[in-house]
Amino acid sequence: MEDEARVPINSSADIVTARQKGRTLAMDLGFDGSDLTLIATAISEVARNIITHAKRGEIIILSSNHGSKHGILVIARDEGPGIPDVERAMQYGYSTNKGLGVGLPGAKWLMDEFEIESKVGNGTKVTMKKWLK
Amino acid sequence: MHVPILKQGNWLIASVQSVLSDADLLQLRDDLADRVGQFRSRGVIIDVTVLDVIDSFATRTLSASAHMLKLRGAETVIVGIQPDVAFAMVQLGLTLEGVGTALDLEEGLAYLDNLFKREIEHGR
Repeated sequence: MEDEARVPINSSADIVTARQKGRTLAMDLGFDGSDLTLIATAISEVARNIITHAKRGEIIILSSNHGSKHGILVIARDEGPGIPDVERAMQYGYSTNKGLGVGLPGAKWLMDEFEIESKVGNGTKVTMKKWLK
Repeated sequence: MHVPILKQGNWLIASVQSVLSDADLLQLRDDLADRVGQFRSRGVIIDVTVLDVIDSFATRTLSASAHMLKLRGAETVIVGIQPDVAFAMVQLGLTLEGVGTALDLEEGLAYLDNLFKREIEHGR
């Protein structure tokens, strides 16, 4: 059993690879049922965010432990242009590229924890976690 | 992966066979718009039973396909959305508003049959 996966994101086909790796790893970590779909969907959204705004980046999927809590940690990072107004980017329905503006806020709803760090010119890093119940 | 499109009577059935990339989804949309013209089809069923993820891009593309096909004179029904996928879509706030949906292929065929039977009864 692997407990880490790294997926380079360079094209839209890599979005599929990332969410499949995420589902497999989540299953290995003990997630089941709808949680697997929620995790895979959240990975799909943050991976697409990389393609749309930064063209390339990577998704790292790890096991995560905090005290008695066990779960999965997903990091999506890129060295793209960064997000000038993170608060706005996290508003549901706000999009700069004619998308639905659902991706980042949606991923936050699908996971238990969600953090985003971004600096203009220095890329974006999304960290999100889901805990086993 | 390429999605096969079958003609069955007046309807077209696009049966998704494996996971779809963004490019595959856009290809499906364009193929359906062509085939509706080629076969003069009035109804289209898109069977997504095998999809384990329908994210915001997939939802937007399926919805756009249905609306495009409507402009080409055909009704679209999306069938086979799995319970976990439906749950994730609702969590994302995605509703496929204005697009026909049915439980499975059988219900999708019944949906189109009913729709067009009503149309004939009303003499349109």
